[in-house]
Amino acid sequence: MSFSVNFPLFLIVLSLISSVVSSLLPRRAARVTALTLYALSFAGNLTLFLYLRTLSGPVNYLMGHFPHPWGNELILNPVEAAFSALFSLVLFLCILGGHHPLEEKIAPNKQHFYYVMTDLVQASLLVLVYTNDLFTGYVFIEICTLSSCGILMIRENGRTILASIRYMIFSLIGSGLFLFGVIFLYNLTGHLLMPDLKESLTALYVSGEYHLPLLAAMSLICIGLAIKSGLCPFHLWMADTYGAAIPASSAILSGLISKGYIFFLIKVILSVFGKYIFYANGLHNVLYVLGAAGIVIGSVSALQEDNIFRMIAYSSAAQIGYIYMGIGLSATVGMEAALFQILTHAMTKPALFLAVAHLSRSANNVKKFHNLQGAAFKNPFAGFAFTFGAFSMIGLPFTMGFISKYLFGLGAFDSTHTKLVPTLIVLAISTILNTLYFARTVIRLYNKPAEDIYRRTGLFSQKSYVLAGIAFIFINLFFGIFARSFIAVLAAGLPQF
Amino acid sequence: MTQILWNSRILCVAVILFAIGFVTLLLNRNLLKKVIGLNIMDTASYLFLTSLGYINGRTAPIIIDGVIEPERYVNPLPAGLVLTGIVVSVSVTAVMLSLTLRLYKRYHTLNIDEIYRQVHLEQEEEA
Repeated sequence: MSFSVNFPLFLIVLSLISSVVSSLLPRRAARVTALTLYALSFAGNLTLFLYLRTLSGPVNYLMGHFPHPWGNELILNPVEAAFSALFSLVLFLCILGGHHPLEEKIAPNKQHFYYVMTDLVQASLLVLVYTNDLFTGYVFIEICTLSSCGILMIRENGRTILASIRYMIFSLIGSGLFLFGVIFLYNLTGHLLMPDLKESLTALYVSGEYHLPLLAAMSLICIGLAIKSGLCPFHLWMADTYGAAIPASSAILSGLISKGYIFFLIKVILSVFGKYIFYANGLHNVLYVLGAAGIVIGSVSALQEDNIFRMIAYSSAAQIGYIYMGIGLSATVGMEAALFQILTHAMTKPALFLAVAHLSRSANNVKKFHNLQGAAFKNPFAGFAFTFGAFSMIGLPFTMGFISKYLFGLGAFDSTHTKLVPTLIVLAISTILNTLYFARTVIRLYNKPAEDIYRRTGLFSQKSYVLAGIAFIFINLFFGIFARSFIAVLAAGLPQF
Repeated sequence: MTQILWNSRILCVAVILFAIGFVTLLLNRNLLKKVIGLNIMDTASYLFLTSLGYINGRTAPIIIDGVIEPERYVNPLPAGLVLTGIVVSVSVTAVMLSLTLRLYKRYHTLNIDEIYRQVHLEQEEEA
């Protein structure tokens, strides 16, 4: 047994400790601590990933060496390690690239609290990805909610506080439903650890008893997490929230936090309900329809929006629709597509939010489209990063977006006949709509303004953002070009859930 | 039917309370009432969870007089979960109340629609 299996627990504890310590540090020290923590977390999870790949099954990490059904456990498999590593990396890049606009918009004496919150986000993401216990999952879902509300409301104007309270209300409804679902499952089986739950639920399902309560519990959990991650009819908070928050927060909220919930949902589907029960009950069809509707509605709303931050927020709603559509397609290729889309969105959306933040900063903090005319000339790098992110969202070859769309196509052929045609139609419509609203934005950005007296923001005046932006572009190209090996990891790792 | 309802009476009460809390949190326009709805919703979950651990005729799992047979005690796990849950809901309530306070100080109303209207006006003035 390699020492690296201890890393997840160490990192979770380290994140919690550093969030407490950060509240006492001056802001610069807090930022350095946070960045070091995320870099460590990336390195630790990567090491763990490389080790787990050599094993044939998952590792059960017992806390305090209490065996099941009593103890609390983490479960480590290569897919989880890879996602944790990449989530940490995205968090690192969000803070690295977003701290300039952040420091302009938050009072200096409060900036260190921001890093308290992001450290908590890191801790809860790690737990959501690794935990093997449903109730631990619930507790960290709530910690995640509180910390995301923190990074949202730290910019203290009326609009942000209103957006945070709205976000909290939706989140709390989601976690309330989730909690009730978990208690239902506990009532039915008497277990909270995922493998024990799966065993009892399978036995229960085969016996044919308690069919209705089981279905109710599964629906409550799915709907709860769907509300929290912003699936279609529940996506209304998104535009306000992402539009009002500071850019680094929008990047973290859309790129990571909603993805953490979805990853947890996928994990619950595979390792608590089990593929067989979940797909036999038709719940996946509900997620499929809502996902497909989310894609179309999100894209149309994005097309109508004239505030660039809100446009990207609506585009997030569409991208989350993709993930749910993938879950609804099939447990194999569809699920791989969903997981890859989680990654695509986590890598692309933060890059877009940061690029827009820097573009709008160079153009005197404007947010409306018509004011952003020619902004790409004022900040050439951010313009380039935005264009690249838009290409990835549309799904041009060599970017991650292309691979996810390709996988969704494959997933459509893998699923039932009734879903084949609708999936392909939705993919086509959404690609067209994506192209329309991103092309409109890129053209606007590269349209020379009438007066050409402008101050150009050079590369060296925004070093950390340029570094983060280049990293986002490289990771995107890397996964876009060498997608095959990562998809192999997903395919090998999915049966281990 | 009546027998089934009577046997699962606590579940029924919990579901009704949950629904009341849920609807209040979602639809009531008053922010303070929303927070109360949130608490009713959480309490419903804890009521249900506590009832799962209780076994008629047994006592709290604290060893007195050296009795260590598990048959004498109720299941302590749900109580532990409820305690954890209460901590979570207290902190969530605190955050919600502080946000409500902020909004009230700024807009002098608890009606969320009215706050919306004022925020919208503010935004238009900015633009």
